[in-house]
This record gives sequence, structure tokens and C-alpha cells, in this order.
Amino acid sequence: MSAVATITDLAVSFATDAGPVRAVDGVSLDVQPGEVLAVVGESGSGKTVTAKTILGLLPATATTRGAVVLTGRDGRTTDVINVPPAQLRAARGRDVAMVFQEPSSVLNPVYTVGWQIAEGLRAHGDVSKKEARARAVEVLRTVGIPDPEHRVDHYPHQFSGGQKQRIVIAMALVLDPSLIVADEPTTALDVTVQAEILDLLRTLRDETGTAIVLITHNMGVVADLADRVAVMYQGKLVEQAPVGDLFADPQADYTKALLKAVPKIGEGRARAAERAAARTEEWKAGEPVVEADGLTITYPGRFRQPAFTAVDHVSLQIRPGEVLGLVGESGSGKTTIARAIAGLTPVSDGSLKVLGTQMRGAKGRQLKGMRPRLGFVFQDPATSFNPLLTIAECVAEPLVVHGRFASPEAARGRVDELLEAVQLPRSYGDRFPHELSGGQRQRASLARGLALDPELLIADEPTSALDVSVQARVLELFSELQRELGFACLFVSHDLAVVDLLADRIAVLYRGELVEEGIGEQVLGSPHEDYTRRLLASLPVPDPVAQAERREALRVLHAG
Amino acid sequence: MTAPEIAGAEASGAAAAAPEHLEGRGAWFKKLPVVHQLRQSVGLQRGMLIAGLVLTAGFVLVAVLSPVLAPFGWSQLRDLDGAFGAQQPPSAEHWFGTTVGGYDVLSRVVWGARTALLVVVVAVASSIVVGVLLGLVSGYFGGWLDRMLVVVADAIYAFPSLLLAILLAIVISGGQSSMWGGIFAAALSITVVFVPQYFRVVRAEVVRVKQEAFVDSARVLGTGHWRIMTRHVLRNSTRTLPLIITLNASEAILTLAGLGFLGFGIEPTAAAEWGYDLQRAVADVTSGIWWTALFPGLAIVMAAMGMTLMGESLNDLSDPRLRSRARSRKVAGAVAATSVEADTSVAPVDTAEPKQKGDDA
Repeated sequence: MSAVATITDLAVSFATDAGPVRAVDGVSLDVQPGEVLAVVGESGSGKTVTAKTILGLLPATATTRGAVVLTGRDGRTTDVINVPPAQLRAARGRDVAMVFQEPSSVLNPVYTVGWQIAEGLRAHGDVSKKEARARAVEVLRTVGIPDPEHRVDHYPHQFSGGQKQRIVIAMALVLDPSLIVADEPTTALDVTVQAEILDLLRTLRDETGTAIVLITHNMGVVADLADRVAVMYQGKLVEQAPVGDLFADPQADYTKALLKAVPKIGEGRARAAERAAARTEEWKAGEPVVEADGLTITYPGRFRQPAFTAVDHVSLQIRPGEVLGLVGESGSGKTTIARAIAGLTPVSDGSLKVLGTQMRGAKGRQLKGMRPRLGFVFQDPATSFNPLLTIAECVAEPLVVHGRFASPEAARGRVDELLEAVQLPRSYGDRFPHELSGGQRQRASLARGLALDPELLIADEPTSALDVSVQARVLELFSELQRELGFACLFVSHDLAVVDLLADRIAVLYRGELVEEGIGEQVLGSPHEDYTRRLLASLPVPDPVAQAERREALRVLHAG
Repeated sequence: MTAPEIAGAEASGAAAAAPEHLEGRGAWFKKLPVVHQLRQSVGLQRGMLIAGLVLTAGFVLVAVLSPVLAPFGWSQLRDLDGAFGAQQPPSAEHWFGTTVGGYDVLSRVVWGARTALLVVVVAVASSIVVGVLLGLVSGYFGGWLDRMLVVVADAIYAFPSLLLAILLAIVISGGQSSMWGGIFAAALSITVVFVPQYFRVVRAEVVRVKQEAFVDSARVLGTGHWRIMTRHVLRNSTRTLPLIITLNASEAILTLAGLGFLGFGIEPTAAAEWGYDLQRAVADVTSGIWWTALFPGLAIVMAAMGMTLMGESLNDLSDPRLRSRARSRKVAGAVAATSVEADTSVAPVDTAEPKQKGDDA
């Protein structure tokens, strides 16, 4: 049987304000029937543009060259790039369908999911309402939505995030296409849900024989699902190999470096143990930097709905010079705790003492003394800098606000030192935030957080917006600085491997409650709580062989 | 940052995020609001913008140079050869003819541009100051003050704006008007109508910007409210202002003309005003005297249209989705650097870091 999609010498460029920019450069790929081809690469590598080209979904500013030939189940071929719009429309859905990244924004909130699934059928021919509904129920059952006869009339908001992604997959499946393009299908989902969706995609491939092009930056997902991997870098294809070969014996330098940069659980254990051994009894008796006791944070409900409890009776401590990793899925309250410690979110109940100041009910003036002793690194480096100030002015801001220097110009000497400390060239101080890359910005953000030499640094998912290789670099820098300057740190992340790399102790949050806390070896090595075990087992590891074993273990865990 | 450094950074590809901005730093005037958009525009949008700019520039020039350009004073009835005479048709002496009151139409049109410009400047300036300040405070602090101001702004919106302007013209000038009295009366009554627009736009932006991470980061530092408002919030909330300014300027001209037409404007002896002239010309039109109405009317249309064209095309250009770009015929351009940093061990293109390290040493 011939390939379902053949891409030959594809090149795409976009017209922008700064002139044309090339996104994809001479890419040739083919996808065999019933195969999962993973396209990996970092942001800007052109993987999403390649995927969108397969469906002919590029914006009007794009110029394309080359050929993308789709072969349907009936043997018809369509060259997406050179075909008239009407034929392209006919091919979409029938020959190729797409699963998008963010299920909540893909589904239309004002129609039932059944209607939305049936829409694909209606677009491709006359079907009666009854038939369309029956087919919708059928695909909903295929993707594992319980009670599909009833759920077909529900609206998107009545489903959870994972179920919504299942529905999006159902929409892609309804016309039984020969190829599904999945653009980061699990990135917006929590790890436990991610494992389920990956399972579903695998089953679908086996049962329907649909080929899947999986676009992702997560090497763990690749190891879990892919048969073959294509690595993209700067618009070019640098390597293409079966998944086992790629992980076992990567050929291109870039692939090697990419695989090396993926954090793995267990890497930080030795370091944490060493540090723990160096602690004295005296240190243990000393006053903690952060002490939460029965900390509860609620958000007031709207329109007479009950208040939402984001954090529920959490007690934890951070001692001087210690790194506490806070992990949990979205909505577990980890960011809320970080914001409460920084005084950005009011404490509703319990006690939270930060650097000796009681945060519950504290007013702006009372916090004044504690502010300069605390630094904060935000999640998204792109938005945490004022776009109109240069990097030097942004980094100087804390110094000026707290009166260490009269003006940003006067603080320039100290700013240069700080930039050097985070390994940015001095000249970058004169640049504007948008002129730096994500990793560089996050390093500048770190410099700003450390400007006042704080005793406590709060890092709220500092690397989750960064690519793997950049993340590795920032984390390394982070731990270096922590060792040198000895600040205490609350490190919030959803990624267990990242936390394991840095933290002395790990606290696991689940729905606002602290389910487990302890040193990395305990929590990740021999977890006591079911939730932690599930979380760990769901995390795909970047190794196809090990991942297959873990998958089996997870199945046992779910069954048991 | 000096030019060679920029060139170096550019060449290394480390700063390929936006070459446009790097190039722009050298020539600061290219980044000015209108100039920047002009450089960005293509096709029909460019034509509209240029037409608007030319008309507006003409209007401003005539206004500024009116003492030089106008052959007579705005209330001059006679020269050395005697009285001009009423309703004289266009001639070599009076190019646009004379009005029913015996004024020279050309002079009145030219001087009228000055009055119009002054009113526009005063009206827009004062509504910006008041509107932006209220919007900033209201959006930043929120609470009951915010709710109250929003209600007041909505109430002003709901009120017929010309009626409000008439009321204010009477209150401010008490019916009689000198040149500056009239200008301020007209300008301030327009201000009251415009303030809610600036208030709303700035408030909406402030509410959005207030939630950005960089404002949070300023709050974590313990930055004072005033500093956050001015340094972080305000400067990021003024993007849409140039647009409303141009659109409002044309509205101000129309409101002034409307006030003058209804007899609440400026006395002809105090200053020339297009609306007043139009009103005096109403009776002329039926008796075949076209010149007294045509020229002031054209002046109003040209001035208002110039600014509207400018405003509308700025509006389109400010929205990347509406902005048209020159489309390249073939696949071209360089691959932009990805977020992979030049100094990571991962990146094969590894030219930037050693050089920059050299800079530091």
C-alpha cells in the first residue's frame, strides 16, 4: 500500500512586517498507513507549519512551494498545495483530519457536541439527522465517552478537559480519514489525563488503521506513542528514524543534544542527599523562612455560588537555603500558594508567616519591610517584563523602588553584575524584552528576582514556557545560583522531573490539599499516596522500551 | 547600544526576534506613530493614509499661515478702494466672492482654518488629559469610584452630544463671545462630549494591562501605586489613543461647525468660523449665490475627511489582522532563529556566545 501523505521538498515562508520569514525549508516526509509519525522540534522549528500545510490551513500571508500529496482510502490523490479550494475542502475530513492543541477553544460552546461531530458529516454529503446522530454516538463510544446516547446532547462545558479532547478526536474520526494530524494533542492536559489520551490514540491507530502525524515537543510522548520520528530544527528536517533507533542511537548532533536535555527523574537525588547530609541540627531548629499552618485560600463565588477553595489546610515549611518543590496538576492550588507567599493573593484562613511577617490580613504598609527580602520569577518571561522598558531598566526597577539607587542609570553597575551572574552579556541590558529569546528573558527575569539579594525566591513554573534545551540551561543556572547565593526557594512546577532535579524536598498538591511531602527519594522513589503513584506512573519517560514497561505498570495500577 | 554592536548581534542571529526594531532604533523618527504606520502600509491602505495626511497637512498649514495667506482680515469690510459690497461674485479682487455681510469669502475660509485648528487642539488636549487621568485611576483602583465613573460616562454618552455642547456653550460664554472665549467655549463643550471616549478606551486597556505579569512583578517588589500607574500601566495603555485623537479631531470640527451653524459659535467680528458662514449663506443658495456656501462647506468637508481618512487607515494598520502586507511571489526570506539560544550546547549555530563573552572581558 502506498503512503497516505507524501511531502516533497516543502518550503513555506510568511510575509511579516519585517519582510518574508522562512518557516519550513526543503522538508520531505512520507506517512505510511497505520503509522504514528512524530514530528518533534522546538518552538519555531516549523513543525506546526508543516502539519498545517498537510491540511492546507496556512494563513493568506504564507507562500508555499513543493508538493503535499494526500491519498485517501479510496486511492484518490490530492495535492494540497496546488489544488482548487473546493477540492481541498472535499479532501479535508475525508482524507485528513486535525486534532488541535487546546480542546476548550476548539469546541463551539453554543452547540451540543453531537451537532459538532455531525457537522463534519453534513459538510461531506447529505445525511439524515438520524444517521448523523447515530454516527456521532458511535464515534463517541469509540473514543471512550461513557453513556454516549445521553452525552451526545451535552454542551462542551459539561465535559472535563480530557473528555473534551476525546470529543475533538471523535470529530476528527467521524469521516474515517486515512490520516489524523494531531498538533500537540496533550500539551494542554495534565499528565494523568495525557496518559489516557495517548492510550486512546494508540487504540484508534490499532483499530481503525488511521495514520497519525503527531506534532509534539515532549520526548516522553514521542517515546510512548510514535513508530517513527522526524526531528526538525530551524525549518529543516535533521533526522528521521524509527523510534527505537532514534532514542538508542541518535545520529544528528541536534537530536543528541535534545535527548540529553530532557530531564529525567532520579537525576537530582544524589545532589539532594549530599545537601541534606550537610545540614546541622541547629539549622533544623532555626526559624523557617516560610511557615504555613492550616493555610486556606478561597475565592469568593459569584452569583450566590459557594466560594471556591483553592488551597485547603496546607501546612508546610521552608527553611533558610532550602528548595521546596511544589508539584501538582492544573487547579491544584500550587500557583495560588506561591502568590499568597508573595502577598499577591489574600489568605482566607489559617496562618502564613513569610520572613517573620504574618500574611493573613496584612496591609501594604506591613509588607513593606518584607518585600525587598523576597524575589519572584514568573511563569511566562514574555509577559513579566514591561515591554516599553529596556532589560536594564526592568532589572534596575527593584533597586530603584527600594531606594538603593536613585535612578536606573545609577544602578547600571549593579545591573551589569546581575546580568553577568545570569550569564547574559552586558550589552543585552540595552535591549528591549522582545529582542531577547525566551530563555534569555527568563534569565533576565531571574536577575531581576535576585537583584535585592533576597532570602526567599519564589519561582512559579519558571521553565514551563521554555523549550527543553533552553529549560535545561536555565535550570542548571538556577541551581548554580542557588548554591552560590544560598537563598531559600519555593519552586512551583507541574513537571516532576524538573522538581526532582532541583528540590531538597518535594510537596505534592492535589485539589488544594497537600497529599504528600518529603525528600525527593521518598516522594518519587517510594510514594505512599495513591495519587503520587499515579502521577509518577503517568509521566512518560523519553525511552521507548522503559515507557512500554511503565505503560503496563500504569494499567495494572489502574486496574488494581 | 552602538551601531556596530547591533550589526554584530544581527549577524550572529542571536537577536533575530525583530530586526525591524533594531533597525528602527537608529532612525528614531521612523518609529513615530504616524510615520511608522506609513512605512508599514501598502496598497489601498497606503493611498488612504497618504490622502488623509496630505489633506490634514494642508489644513494645518493653512491654519498656521493664515495671517500670510489671507488677503484680508476676517472682519474686514472695506479696503483703500472702499467697501467690498455684499454678495459680490468671484472676481480677480475677491477670488471666492463676498458674503451677505460684505466679508471676503476667501479670507473667512482661510482664517476659519485657524479657529478650527485651535478648537481641535484645545478640545483634544483637554479631553485627553481629563479622560486619560480618570480612566487610569478608575481602571487601576476599580471599586465604587470605577462603577460611578462608568455610569457617569454612560450617561453622557446617552445624552445627545450636540445638545450638550449647546448647553455648555451657553453656560461657558453666556451667549456673547470673543475669539478666545468662543474658542474655549466650543472646545470645552466638545471636551465634555469626548472625555467619556478617552475614559472608556484607557480604562479598558488599564484593566487589561493591570493583570499582566509585569504589573504583578512590580507589586511583588512593593512598588508604589503611583509609580506602577505611570511607569508600568499608563505607558502600555496608550496604544489606541492616536487613533481616537484623529477621529475625534474630525468630529470636533463638525461639532464646531454645527454649533456655529446653530448660532452658538463665535461672533464674526471676533473670529472667522465656517459654521457661522454657512448659516449666513442659507438664504443665498436659493437665489443662485453659490459661492458663499460652497467654499466654507468644502473647507469643512476637506478638513474632516482628511482626519477621518487618517484615523481610519491608522485603525486598520494598527490591527495586524486588518493590515495588508506585500505578499512575496516566491518562497523567500531567511529562517528566523528559534527560541534555541545561540549559547546552548544544543544549538549547532554557535557563533554568538564566544563573541559576547569577549565583549564582557
